[in-house]
Amino acid sequence: MYGQQSKKEVRFLLPQEGEKKMSKLSTSSSELDLDRPNIEDYLPTDSIHQPHTKLRLRDLLDISPTLTEAAGAIVDDSFTRCFKSNPPEPWNWNIYLFPLWCLGVVVRYGILFPGRVLILTIGWIIFLSCYIPVHVLLKGHDKLRKRLERALVELICSFFVASWTGVVKYHGPRPCARPKQVFVANHTSMIDFIVLEQMTAFAVIMQKHPGWVGLLQSTILESVGCIWFNRSESKDREIVARKLREHVEGTDNNPLLIFPEGTCVNNNYTVMFKKGAFELGATVCPIAIKQSFTTHLLQLMTSWAVVCDVWYLEPQNMKPGETAIEFAERVRSIISVRAGLKMVPWDGYLKYSRPSPKHRERKQQSFAESVLRRLEEK
Amino acid sequence: MGNTSSMLTQYDIEEVQEHCNNTFSQQEIVSLYQRFCQLDRNSGGFISADEFLSVPEFAVNPLSQRLFRMVDGLNFKEFVAFLSAFSSRATLQHKVEFIFKVYDFDGNGKVAFSDLLDVLRDLTGQFISEQQRELVLTHVLEEAGYKKDSLLVLSDFMKILGNTGLKMEVEVPVD
Repeated sequence: MYGQQSKKEVRFLLPQEGEKKMSKLSTSSSELDLDRPNIEDYLPTDSIHQPHTKLRLRDLLDISPTLTEAAGAIVDDSFTRCFKSNPPEPWNWNIYLFPLWCLGVVVRYGILFPGRVLILTIGWIIFLSCYIPVHVLLKGHDKLRKRLERALVELICSFFVASWTGVVKYHGPRPCARPKQVFVANHTSMIDFIVLEQMTAFAVIMQKHPGWVGLLQSTILESVGCIWFNRSESKDREIVARKLREHVEGTDNNPLLIFPEGTCVNNNYTVMFKKGAFELGATVCPIAIKQSFTTHLLQLMTSWAVVCDVWYLEPQNMKPGETAIEFAERVRSIISVRAGLKMVPWDGYLKYSRPSPKHRERKQQSFAESVLRRLEEK
Repeated sequence: MGNTSSMLTQYDIEEVQEHCNNTFSQQEIVSLYQRFCQLDRNSGGFISADEFLSVPEFAVNPLSQRLFRMVDGLNFKEFVAFLSAFSSRATLQHKVEFIFKVYDFDGNGKVAFSDLLDVLRDLTGQFISEQQRELVLTHVLEEAGYKKDSLLVLSDFMKILGNTGLKMEVEVPVD
């Protein structure tokens, strides 16, 4: 206790405050937030040194470590990097390759692109001409209708993938529909979903979009069983959690696919997984997706081919004594390692909101502790 | 997100380089420009508060508010000059000047006890009481030979920080 220190230190204490306040630092109100893993585990720890020499004026004036961290974040930061799309390298810069590239452009835009649009159009025609009758006429025969609709959704997705000359390599056992099981995957764009849906008609949870995508969502995806959420509503979480649980426990629902990042992230990183999928008491089957193409639809349709790897990984269960958030991070690490992605400690929703003050408070607490400790040194 | 704003010409790069006293190489300036454009999402020619605070690593920094006020509304040339204190080629004098400017909020060339207290408050938050902060500061000031009502100027800062082996460097990623 500070009161027992030498006379020199006692000088700092006001009589009544001494014992109460200096003996322990007040802890942050949000300190015991078990909702997030410890960010300090991910961020470089070489930033602020904690020497143990006596506190001098220069130690308080020297704010260089904090300034360096701030400047470092201004110059480059891992969060922005997650959402940066790398422009493709131009390779047509010399006299030999350039004509070849021109020919390529002609073929891609003149032949491939129209060809692909044609394939897609045919696909849609077939799909709609089968789907609408099935949907309407088989109203009473739910089981059969569901099976047909599932097959049709897989079909249209295959058409999509074919229209990009998609070469998708699937590794691992194909997912099957079993109760108490949920699938999670990293998310880069809607294309991930189509590539996965082509193989298995998953039920999916997604943000309700406006416009024609929303129309597609409400009509066709409804048939495979979709759960909607609204990012901006806070109450939404409980409703969605309940719907997820109901779906997973149902016996004849389509297998559920969840993208726990909660947002689109470029194909080099993974952001923190939301724990929702991991606290349903179900087995989690991770899927890792690595793409080698851009996500822009037009670029996609005018490029040569699209190569993508999908790995269906070993199902995971929550270990005893593991929290949902630890489980989520463990699965994220399995997926990231498989697909060769870097893990960053950021919450994807930071795209839409500010970080919580908790992180700043941790830094402040650490510095405050150091100051008070060094004050005691001789 | 592409940099649809005007590309940097060689002339621009040289002008910026001169403005920051050659503390950054031309490649670094190009990289910084890409970064500037990436942060300046609405292409307004400067980075606004929202755009800075959208970098989580910056937003959680205890001194972000102070730094932000120094860097608010800067165009690219001034942005590079601001960051030049963090270059490995910057002199110690330059770095100490930067630190002085962070403290000297009203820019009158003098740092008072209240300024020191403000920065210490930013760095320690609610984890030390205001009274303790004052006591700690008064103690270290007096130990260094100053008084509580002393006004520190740049030369004082140079004296105090000058021989501490100040490390304040940031590497500009150059691809």
